[in-house]
Amino acid sequence: MADIRVNIAGLDMKTPVMTASGTFGYGLEFADLVNLSDIGAIIVKGTTLLPREGNDYPRMAETPSGMLNCVGLQNKGAEYFCQHIYPQIKDLQTNVIVNVSGSSPDDYAECARLIGELDKVPAIELNISCPNVRQGGMAFGVTTDGAASVVRAVRAAYSKPIIVKLSPNVTNIADIALAVEAEGADAVSCINTLMGMAIDIERRRPKLSISTGGLSGPAIKPVAVRCVWQVAKAVKIPVVGLGGIMTAADAIEFLMAGASAIEIGTANFIDPAVSVHVAEGISEWLDRHGCKSVQEIIGQVQ
Amino acid sequence: MTVSEVSFPNNRYVLLKLTDSQPLPDIRPGQFVEVLVQGSPSTFLRRPISINYVDRENNQLWLLVAMVGEGTKTLGQLSAGDKLNLVFPLGNGFSPVQQTGEEVLLVGGGVGVAPLLEYGKYLKAEGARPSFLLGARTKNDLLLLDLFRSIADVYITTEDASLGEKGFVTHHSILSEKRFDRIAVCGPKPMMVNVAKYAKQNDIPCEVSLENMMACGLGACLCCVEKTVRGNVCVCTEGPVFNINDLTWQI
Repeated sequence: MADIRVNIAGLDMKTPVMTASGTFGYGLEFADLVNLSDIGAIIVKGTTLLPREGNDYPRMAETPSGMLNCVGLQNKGAEYFCQHIYPQIKDLQTNVIVNVSGSSPDDYAECARLIGELDKVPAIELNISCPNVRQGGMAFGVTTDGAASVVRAVRAAYSKPIIVKLSPNVTNIADIALAVEAEGADAVSCINTLMGMAIDIERRRPKLSISTGGLSGPAIKPVAVRCVWQVAKAVKIPVVGLGGIMTAADAIEFLMAGASAIEIGTANFIDPAVSVHVAEGISEWLDRHGCKSVQEIIGQVQ
Repeated sequence: MTVSEVSFPNNRYVLLKLTDSQPLPDIRPGQFVEVLVQGSPSTFLRRPISINYVDRENNQLWLLVAMVGEGTKTLGQLSAGDKLNLVFPLGNGFSPVQQTGEEVLLVGGGVGVAPLLEYGKYLKAEGARPSFLLGARTKNDLLLLDLFRSIADVYITTEDASLGEKGFVTHHSILSEKRFDRIAVCGPKPMMVNVAKYAKQNDIPCEVSLENMMACGLGACLCCVEKTVRGNVCVCTEGPVFNINDLTWQI
């Protein structure tokens, strides 16, 4: 059996497969359907300093090989997370990473500081790329200055590993990656959703309550592979790849493009145990190709 | 699960009877399944379908599906022996029996009648007294009537008066003739809102089963939310059945 363990920014993971924020709840929702300890890391729902109600319904539209969502970071806030959710998930036998979002650099920093006090959360993923909130979110992720300002503020308030989740809705994603690397990010994950839109032609209005939303699913995979490839060539820190991964073959594409680990998002809605199936598939592929370790294929495509 | 029987109550609905080598898990009336639709390239997400009936004797689960889009039409092409991948049982379901002999009116329209069959069977078995009030455009749009009649009294309205009383369910004379202890309703939103209004005016506890668009069915994606007195909550995990007092409907 090939060795599929990886280490991202100091985090040891049993497999290179993580579950993406906003697609796997807090893990517990899936506990009856998949063995959580077989997942490399669970990145829990986007958390903000203060509670958020999110956007109005409808928040979702199915699209060709994917879906649009405009959930808008609905969550009960960092304090609620620390007091009520953390105690339920702290003993899961996997890495529990919290996805942190905000509407100003100070906001992000304070949220990260609160999460930083939780012993069993070894890292955060910094979401500077949510397309569904008016203030903050993607606004920071689309300029090098904006991205740098958030990472700088959070770096000063949080000492454990920071993974910065990048937006594909930019001219040059590698520039953004370099900007956050320079401010002390330990890794980057790419990509967040692509901004999209769908229209109900009978009602002659957008399908989503706020008109636009984030596109995810296999439809975005080629864009995501390209982003990972560009970013991996530009930065020295590890890259976590995501965007439309449904199968082990998809995951291997990302690894070859330069991702040191991958996240699975939308596919969790179709197969709740997909993260384990993909890890098994990676292992089988490596065995079949005579590879002793997953490290042998990471970044193989230059 | 394996498809054991496929039938068509009319040309827009398919009734799938599914079985499994394993005994079915505990299922509460009003719960639903998420079906993986295979063989339909345009169908990416699973489809949430309410559980129509649980036949313990034959270890069968029944799904009554309205064939409205590509995904559900593809389900109508299944035949006996085909496999179907389900995640279930999901959701909270209708309230259990509150007291022996209580009169419970189950109001349904369209494919919304589906979960009421199982709920009616359950209520009767647990010592309550269910009645059905089913509404449709014409008598041909009424589904599984014989099965409903085998469980309890069935009151009917049709818009063209082809069967039962003419009009909508809220026009039916039974509502002024008989006092019910509780109401449960599943159907098109305007129907549910009107029944909820009737219930509120007459001070009758009322539950509605919602069918907001869903992705995961597990409370993870937060797409199917409904506004409630507790804020936005997932219909898939906190519903699909809600007490009308918890909703923010203008009734």
